[in-house]
Amino acid sequence: MDFITHLINGISLGSVYAIIALGYTMVYGIAKMLNFAHGDVIMVGSYIIFLLMSNVGVPAIPAVIISIIVCTTLGIVIEKIAYKPLRRATSLAVLITAIGVSYFLQNSSLLLFGSDPKVFSSVVNLPSIKLANGMINISSTTIVTVVVCILIMIALTLFIKKTKAGQAMLAVSEDKDAASLMGINANATISLTFAIGSGLAAIAGALFCSAYPSLSPYTGAMPGIKAFTAAVFGGIGSIPGALLGGILLGVIEILGRAYISSQLSDAIVFAVLIIVLLVRPTGILGKKLHEKV
Amino acid sequence: MKNFFTNMKKSTKNHLITYAGIIVAYAIMQILCGTGVASNLIKGLLVPICVYSIVAIGLNLCVGILGELSLGHAGFMCIGAFTGALATKLLYDYIPSKILMFLIALVIGTFFAALFGFLIGIPVLRLKGDYLAIVTLAFGQIIINIINVLYIGKDEAGLHFAFSNPNAINMNEETGVWLINGAKGITKIPSISNFTIGVILLIVSLFIVYHLVDSRTGRAIMAIRDNRIAAESVGINITKYKMLAFTISAAIAGAGGVLYSHNLSTLTATTNNFGYNMSIMILVYVVLGGMGSFRGSIIATVILYMLPELLRGLSDYRMLFYAIILIGLMLFNWSPKAIVWRQKVLSLLPFGKKGEKGKVE
Repeated sequence: MDFITHLINGISLGSVYAIIALGYTMVYGIAKMLNFAHGDVIMVGSYIIFLLMSNVGVPAIPAVIISIIVCTTLGIVIEKIAYKPLRRATSLAVLITAIGVSYFLQNSSLLLFGSDPKVFSSVVNLPSIKLANGMINISSTTIVTVVVCILIMIALTLFIKKTKAGQAMLAVSEDKDAASLMGINANATISLTFAIGSGLAAIAGALFCSAYPSLSPYTGAMPGIKAFTAAVFGGIGSIPGALLGGILLGVIEILGRAYISSQLSDAIVFAVLIIVLLVRPTGILGKKLHEKV
Repeated sequence: MKNFFTNMKKSTKNHLITYAGIIVAYAIMQILCGTGVASNLIKGLLVPICVYSIVAIGLNLCVGILGELSLGHAGFMCIGAFTGALATKLLYDYIPSKILMFLIALVIGTFFAALFGFLIGIPVLRLKGDYLAIVTLAFGQIIINIINVLYIGKDEAGLHFAFSNPNAINMNEETGVWLINGAKGITKIPSISNFTIGVILLIVSLFIVYHLVDSRTGRAIMAIRDNRIAAESVGINITKYKMLAFTISAAIAGAGGVLYSHNLSTLTATTNNFGYNMSIMILVYVVLGGMGSFRGSIIATVILYMLPELLRGLSDYRMLFYAIILIGLMLFNWSPKAIVWRQKVLSLLPFGKKGEKGKVE
């Protein structure tokens, strides 16, 4: 029975990773850059929810919605100021800029909110569910996280398959120049991708901090790195890959912590990642790369 | 043929300028320290600057010359630091000279970093681009994680090892000494590194990489970077040269780690000093200094490492300014508009155009 509880917790943590990984994977797919500041957008979103709920007294749902709006705007602004001028530069230059943005967000939060960890009150206030005569106790946050993740996946897949903007995103990720020639506004599409990714980061922040309620300016860094790992694990650039990678990573982390060693859970996660990449060098669902001379 | 010799001369001249720059900087710092002008704060920065310059040179060999992005070099630094410090802890009482002791620690630390670089390189170098980056990052994290659960103790019966559980070590509690105590790391390391040793190590590392890059091997490595398929088709053994460059790069990072650990009395492995944060910080030095330019790496390390200290007057705002300067520098350096603007300004100035791209300085 313990195993089932751990498994469910793992799926829940994995769902959060999957939502964050979506942000990484979409931005990577379309702009071919690793957005290292993504994890810090999560932290900013969580601080906004925290301030709105505990200082202003806004209820949970409106607070999350405001946080999504702020993070979306933040994502677009970051893209416009820091990344857009470097569209044609080497990917490493953009990577370093993203690191600069990450430092900027962390340190401005440090100045604004202080370094002491805040206790984040859960945005989900529902009773927990007991199964099998109370032997399995699932918190409401866990269930809401998994449900939200599934809803986001469905919505995003529909968005990309059915809408013009979604098709434009696919086209730009396939070949930016050809897409531009077909009349797609590549810059607007890239901005839209950043906006969606950052909005998702706000949701992920709310869910992550509901499950792990300590919030500090460095909260976003580790889930960010893990989610990035999840995106690579599933095959970077692939949306189902982000879901699969995120959930597998979450389950491995929780089960590893429970059954092997709590201190080594990170090492186990990364070791599995390495093994997977050795067998499938572009991730589980990644496309095979063909070399051209 | 004539052209060839003038080129040779130019690169040698360039290298000599770098060595001379380091020696002049060293002499100035020694005078400042001797006359008491330099504050203790500045004195405390000297060895770390040497450490990070050395690691930056190692990483530049991997990123700039081999063309593979590694986010795990702090992990190699960690291995060098821990194995080197462990050697010193074990042998310090038997070795009479501090210099000799440091040399032994250096050899051991560098050897183990190279060994791990080689072992990790076998699987990692099969991957490409961002996949390689994430796997090196993963290895770096695994190394830290494992060191944090490693316990090594010593008593009259010899060495004792334990993994993740310090109570299982089976060591004589009264006479035994902890060498590595899990997350508490290695304590009471004899302080045998100093600025002079750091500068000598820096010059030796530079000498090694310059000679490597100028040799036939170095040209093969750069050929792989520029066009792997073309290099393969003219008969260059891709795996061999990639492994060679990666291993040397890891070894240099390990040497930096040895210097680092002997400058501290307590050595612990955390994400900030050996994790991806550190790997990224060193990558920033390398990229801002110019990929493939070892002189640039050193200059960028010195400036960027001093910058937060010089901004100390801004107290809480200093890291914020650091971030803004970093973003600003990247935009100024790489944005097409800024490049056009720079060329315009430069063409107005009397002296000639800037140096060509891709040259090893």
